[in-house]
Amino acid sequence: MLAPQITVENVSVSFPLYHGGARSLKRTVFAAASGRLGQDRKSRVVVHALRNVNFDLRGGDRLGLIGPNGSGKTTLLRVLSGIYEPEAGFVRVQGSLNALLDSSLGMNLELTGRENIRLRGQYNGFSRAQLDRLEDDVAEFAGLDDFIDLPVRIYSAGMVIRLGFALATAVHPQILLMDEWILAGDADFMSRARHRLEAMVRGADILVLSTHDLKTLQTWCSRVIWLDQGRIRLDGSADWVVQEYVASVSRQPAAELAG
Amino acid sequence: MLSVPPIMRNDDLLSAKVALFELRSDPSFATRQRMALRDLQEGARLLPLAWSLGWLDIRLRYRGSILGPFWLTLSTGVMVAAMGYLYSNIFHTDVHSYLPYLALSLVLWGFISTVVSESCSAFTDSENVIRAMRMPYFLFAQRVLIRNTLILAHNILVIVVVFAIFQSWPGWRSVFVVPGLTVWAVDSMAVTLTLGTFCTRFRDIMPIVGSLLQIAFFITPVFWHASQLGAAQRVLPLNPFFDLLEIVREPLLNAWPGPGVWLGVLGYSALLIVVAALLFTRARNRIAFWI
Repeated sequence: MLAPQITVENVSVSFPLYHGGARSLKRTVFAAASGRLGQDRKSRVVVHALRNVNFDLRGGDRLGLIGPNGSGKTTLLRVLSGIYEPEAGFVRVQGSLNALLDSSLGMNLELTGRENIRLRGQYNGFSRAQLDRLEDDVAEFAGLDDFIDLPVRIYSAGMVIRLGFALATAVHPQILLMDEWILAGDADFMSRARHRLEAMVRGADILVLSTHDLKTLQTWCSRVIWLDQGRIRLDGSADWVVQEYVASVSRQPAAELAG
Repeated sequence: MLSVPPIMRNDDLLSAKVALFELRSDPSFATRQRMALRDLQEGARLLPLAWSLGWLDIRLRYRGSILGPFWLTLSTGVMVAAMGYLYSNIFHTDVHSYLPYLALSLVLWGFISTVVSESCSAFTDSENVIRAMRMPYFLFAQRVLIRNTLILAHNILVIVVVFAIFQSWPGWRSVFVVPGLTVWAVDSMAVTLTLGTFCTRFRDIMPIVGSLLQIAFFITPVFWHASQLGAAQRVLPLNPFFDLLEIVREPLLNAWPGPGVWLGVLGYSALLIVVAALLFTRARNRIAFWI
């Protein structure tokens, strides 16, 4: 097996914001015909989601990401999972990978729970025998009883989270990328789920976790990167970065009052 | 960096898919080309998954209906019967020769036009998957082809029934559908990659494609016969839809495609493939951002 490893060098990602007319071929063609394309290109609204991000992760590293909403945490997780390819810079990821980015996990709401489980396994390239094991494992843990054979569309929000959680934690990766939704189950379920989640987190060689929950961050992560407007503001030991972050957040209201 | 004791790995655990990728923002054409080719290779390896996705699409569409996908067969059958009766009277042609021709044409046209129109949403339909994990885009192109091939397979029943009623069975020349269908498969992939990419960026192309297909249906000999044009039928091979239809239809009617048809097919296909290759190479890494 490959030694898991993540290299991120000078990565920048920006999103073109296509609003209104930019999505339309007609407008683009007419703009080109009337010689306005150059101007259109310049005035195109772009969001710089990540700017010049650098870090390396080796086996044993547990990285936490903090920062306000829109600071680029989820974008960074998507870059690490290979969904977004960087516009500038270089990303290299090596090792078996599981990215738990949102609770729907690519689930199809029209399919039954069981069909979604098997489909997820197929996306993972599982053999028939592995698919059967996945199905048994997830169905048992999610505890959906007869609902497992009904479309996910009719599930309650809690049931969707349970299925999503059971699916997400059934497959054990070397590199685990997690967004915070996974910690958001109801209290009763979370106490049961905690053991399963921790088993997966401990089993992973590299963890990258994005969350607002500082306690979780300090328990699970050895290193924290603080993102601010797509830039790395601080990168260091979990305790130090969390401390600085808390200090900065508590200063903010005062600054706003002064301003 | 913290050192952690070696991890005990339980062999009973299902392990995740191994990912190994190097994504370098290198605008050079060679790099983009390599990445696009890799997409095709990895996508082709996922054929069993594409097959399941195609089947699920059909099962979902007809979930809860008694006939299931055979609703399609039934509606095609009704359309053939109604149009057959109507147009054999309008054109004053013999039903015995017209209906087999019409049944075959409508079913084949149905495949061509749905592949083209559904290729527009090939990527946008899989938005939840594309945003959740790294997957080769070629997978979603195969999904469109497989879904429509399965629908075509259901509709073949209509052709068989009509051929049986009128006792007009295809002869030995029907083996020549094989090269025709091969071209169809290749062109389907190319058109899906082209329109799928293009329509993800520009959302107003889909209705345009829809209306163009509507026009193509009437100007292509689907429900009328090429010979009805008289001398003017020489220009028909300029219509790519005509060429595509002819290379599969004529062998099944125990005839040969007319002069210029294969030339047209190969020319247009080459053009389409070049466009698909250039566009997909250029824009592949932007699709996730456009979705």
